[in-house]
Amino acid sequence: MAKVLMKGNEAIGEAAIRAGCKNYFAYPITPQSEVAEYLSKRLPEEGGVFLQGESEVAVGYMIFGAAGAGERVMTTSSSPGVSLMSEALSYITAAQCPAVFVNIMRGGPGLGGILPSQGDYFQATKGGGHGDYHLLVMAPDGVQEAVEMTMQAFTLAEKYRNPVMILGDGLIGQMMEPVEFPDDLKTEPTNKDDWATNGMAHRKSGKRNLVKSLFLDPAALNNHNLLLKAKYEQMKKEEVQYELYNADTDYQVLITSYGTMSRVCRTAIDLLKSEGIEVAMLRPKTLFPFPETQVFDAAGKDSCKAVISIEMSMGQMVEDVERCVKGRRPVEFYGECGGEIPSPEKIIEIIKALL
Amino acid sequence: MGKSFSQPAALSPTHTHYCPGCTHGIVHRLVAEAIDDLGIREKTVGIAPVGCAVLAYNYFDCDFQEAAHGRAPAMATGIKRVRPDLMVFTYQGDGDLASIGMGEIIHAANRGEKFTTIFINNAIYGMTGGQMAPTTMPGQRATTAPLGRDTGDTGMPIRMANLLGELVTPGYVTRQAVLKPQQVNKAKKAIRQAFQYQLENRCFSFVEVVSTCPTNWGMTPVDALKWAEDTLLPYYELGDYKVPE
Repeated sequence: MAKVLMKGNEAIGEAAIRAGCKNYFAYPITPQSEVAEYLSKRLPEEGGVFLQGESEVAVGYMIFGAAGAGERVMTTSSSPGVSLMSEALSYITAAQCPAVFVNIMRGGPGLGGILPSQGDYFQATKGGGHGDYHLLVMAPDGVQEAVEMTMQAFTLAEKYRNPVMILGDGLIGQMMEPVEFPDDLKTEPTNKDDWATNGMAHRKSGKRNLVKSLFLDPAALNNHNLLLKAKYEQMKKEEVQYELYNADTDYQVLITSYGTMSRVCRTAIDLLKSEGIEVAMLRPKTLFPFPETQVFDAAGKDSCKAVISIEMSMGQMVEDVERCVKGRRPVEFYGECGGEIPSPEKIIEIIKALL
Repeated sequence: MGKSFSQPAALSPTHTHYCPGCTHGIVHRLVAEAIDDLGIREKTVGIAPVGCAVLAYNYFDCDFQEAAHGRAPAMATGIKRVRPDLMVFTYQGDGDLASIGMGEIIHAANRGEKFTTIFINNAIYGMTGGQMAPTTMPGQRATTAPLGRDTGDTGMPIRMANLLGELVTPGYVTRQAVLKPQQVNKAKKAIRQAFQYQLENRCFSFVEVVSTCPTNWGMTPVDALKWAEDTLLPYYELGDYKVPE
């Protein structure tokens, strides 16, 4: 299929449709409102469901209801809105329903700003809601990857009966890039008759289904949490995605960076290379599960003197990097936020100071 | 001669956790009878609230989802929009629906979502132990209003059926009670009608049921019925607040 030029937000909306998702509920918030605007036109054309909810709180539960009924469903929002949806994310995860949430991050905390940021790493990977749970979190570095991850997200959400979050930022949502929609990423929905409230009449078993998160018996709740934990452990084994850049060299410094930030790091690495300085990057594409052993191994290369996590935040992913490097190399951090993005020149300056 | 009285198929043959004298059991039965009458059990999805009825999914024998506090109308919206062929109802108390879930119920009603809400108004928080609700009467004692509700401080009780009846969007909004057998019979008709409107894809349907909570009111079941009759019904007037044309 030929490439088309699309804005990130619109491409994410189209990707959902191409992945077979016909249901979308959302509440407007900058910088991702174009997804809702796009789908308010496209979904009716596809015979799908578009609904603008009265709040992100309500939208979270519209997603829960639809997912619980066994239908593919997606919402998109941005940081303050995702905070409001975090209650539902805890419930949906507990009730083991598949759904896709997209966070086009803006600067925080509080109302913050509307420019790109990576300030929601903790919220996305450590759980913004209450209780022991994880989302499967994917972080695209551009419009094409946002499309591919959105399409994969539905398959992964159904595989694990767990919400998947696409963690982008305002730059990815707002910029235009050429994209294509790979047909092979579309999968058939799994059979949900074993658990979804899709009506007893449709089920061969004749048994009713419950979608719930209440376990008053302590042993039952412990067992439920063990079941959820087993899924997260399986994700760690089977779903880690990452990219290594310039890592076949005798690099002196290993950068860890994701999303928009990794693109700037890539430029800095190229510029440093032209000066004869080798620097590599490990870019997690899944933030949960995190590429734990890959970070450990890449940091441990003999030539590598230091690891530095470069983020559009005040230091969030760096905590996972430190955890995974396990002290075998010094782990540094550099970040800017609020819509400021570290420049290649700044990154070069920081890297040179490490040598 | 046929059987004239039996357990509704939509009710599970089990004991409930409800207190002696609580009217939840009556309303559960009326809902189950309506589901049986209309033959819709196999395509019905109920939504349990947070509150005394949180375990309603153990008492009804049909598909069920359990919501967070106040969010049942949003969940019902999600289900009904993606599966319009299913019959969806929420079963909510006054803390759940009229306090924390006020936003969700107003907007669902105003969108004219084609599901049914059964709203239990017993003028108090039950499960958490008798705290003041938006529906608590002036002067009524609650664990968070030990001297009685001071309306100068907390406002007057919210009349949900009146409020939803004011929305311009067509719908079926009625207030019933289950304090006397005649009222139970009327409430049964109203609940059946509410499901009937949904079955016909006509409109949002809402049945408020004035109920009792002897435990948290600190009364015997008989005294609770009398107090509800004397105190609640003059303020929460029974009748239809809106019917679809």
